[in-house]
Amino acid sequence: MYGALWRVLPGPAWFRVIVLLLLAVAAVYVCFTWLFPQIAPYMPFNETTIEGAP
Amino acid sequence: MASTDVDQLEELPGHPEHGTPRRTRPRRRRRGFLAGLIGVVGELMITAGVLLGLFVVWQLWWTDVEANSYQAQVLEDWRGQGDVVDAPPQAGEPRTDPPPLPTVGGEGDVMGTLHVPRLGPDYEYSIAEGVSLGPVLNQGYIGHYPDTQLPGEVGNFATAAHRQSYGAPYREIEQIVVGDSLIVETADAYLVYEVVGSEVVHPSQVEVIAPVPGEPGVAPTERMITLTTCHPLFSAAERWITYGQFQHWVDKNDGMPAELLELQEGR
Repeated sequence: MYGALWRVLPGPAWFRVIVLLLLAVAAVYVCFTWLFPQIAPYMPFNETTIEGAP
Repeated sequence: MASTDVDQLEELPGHPEHGTPRRTRPRRRRRGFLAGLIGVVGELMITAGVLLGLFVVWQLWWTDVEANSYQAQVLEDWRGQGDVVDAPPQAGEPRTDPPPLPTVGGEGDVMGTLHVPRLGPDYEYSIAEGVSLGPVLNQGYIGHYPDTQLPGEVGNFATAAHRQSYGAPYREIEQIVVGDSLIVETADAYLVYEVVGSEVVHPSQVEVIAPVPGEPGVAPTERMITLTTCHPLFSAAERWITYGQFQHWVDKNDGMPAELLELQEGR
């Protein structure tokens, strides 16, 4: 899977490493700003109110 | 990729002990089929592990970073509002007549802040209307249960806040003991409550935020404050509840409560 990604990327090894690092940063950014806030409400440890309250 | 490198090595003269090219070829085909499948599954599992780890980092660290920087701005904005009095740094006269009530806007509107001297001179969190996660609690506010009384009103001023993540205003709630002060600062007054007890309850025990805590339906005569948060840490199995009873209030034009003043002078 990641091997295929490596082979698909053009250029020398140092260039591919930089591209992969940028891709990793982009993936973390999407996770932190979009994905994780979406799924956090379904986690069982964020409830602080008592039931019956909105 | 790695297997290709190894095969090239094996075919080099001078490494005959690693096998002949004739042996390598069928081995490569078998590895390609099985190892390829196992490799992809393994990579997916590693990816899932990394994502779970990232989620923990986000939940336990990044939500705090975001909420704390947002709350610093909220506090600054609130203090900058024209109707919020800047109390002179002197002891104000404690009063026991009915205190002025804050005006409350819609969900997420700030009505004041909470000081807990036990938790240090810098402990101050904004109190906003509402207890829904997205617009209030996850922004790092202490939330006010909308159907409960206002700070200083006869009845129960009930609040909720996170105990971990999102700034966690009630992180150290277990350290607040009977006799400690809970000081609600509104636009024009400091309301001093004294902690009278705490307990751990089931999440369904809504009576803790009744006008008389624990006794729903009974007409209130006291001014109470209730803090609710999750318990134990990193769980939502139970709720930690801390109760306070109104003692006195101080007009902000007159000064600050002695409890707060000596704390801020001692820093």
